[in-house]
Amino acid sequence: MRQIRWLLGLIIIAAFMYGNFYVYDAPILYKLVNVILFCVLFVLFRVLFGPTAADRIVAVDIMGILVIGLLALLGLAYKQSFFMDIGLIWALLSFIASLAFAKILEGRYLDD
Amino acid sequence: MIRELIGMAFILIGIMFDFFGVLGLVRLPDVYNRLQAATKCVTFGSAGILFGVFIIQGLNNFGFKVLIGIVFIFLTSPVSAHAISRAAHRNKIPLTKESVVDQYQEDNELKD
Repeated sequence: MRQIRWLLGLIIIAAFMYGNFYVYDAPILYKLVNVILFCVLFVLFRVLFGPTAADRIVAVDIMGILVIGLLALLGLAYKQSFFMDIGLIWALLSFIASLAFAKILEGRYLDD
Repeated sequence: MIRELIGMAFILIGIMFDFFGVLGLVRLPDVYNRLQAATKCVTFGSAGILFGVFIIQGLNNFGFKVLIGIVFIFLTSPVSAHAISRAAHRNKIPLTKESVVDQYQEDNELKD
């Protein structure tokens, strides 16, 4: 069972890398954006099937970090600078949200 | 030209760190291990991507926004990781079976 799961993940990653870097015909920045979107798919797997609540909080926090890099690459690809504004605001909201979730998980109230 | 090459090298290193950090987030057995792997997405992952974008763009408005993003990520991400791990330990989420030492628990027992 463990080997089957390992092999399934390896096949998924290899198929994605082959399709992205050899079949898909686009500039290199779009391919890199696709790699980060694939990473976000893994993070969403952890959000859906995480055993405890802390796993989901960690995954949401890391998804915020990944989206900042994604928005920087998108701004580089489209030559617009307003994507980074969205990234800064996303970082701020993700920071406040993970602090509030951690406090709720610890069992204290927000005005403690 | 040379500036774009160095920037693309930083972006590639950042995307590699992001991918392996997310792989650790999916594969590792425990909340604390997952947090330790996923925080590697920050210091060389997204910050590497942002630094590569800064090197490519230079000192215009996009570059300064990206610099502010790097400083903000470096300030806020360890704080949220520390808060999440402390809350998970106080919520009595168990460590994995292979772990050998839990010094925070020992400190709490000494204080009581």
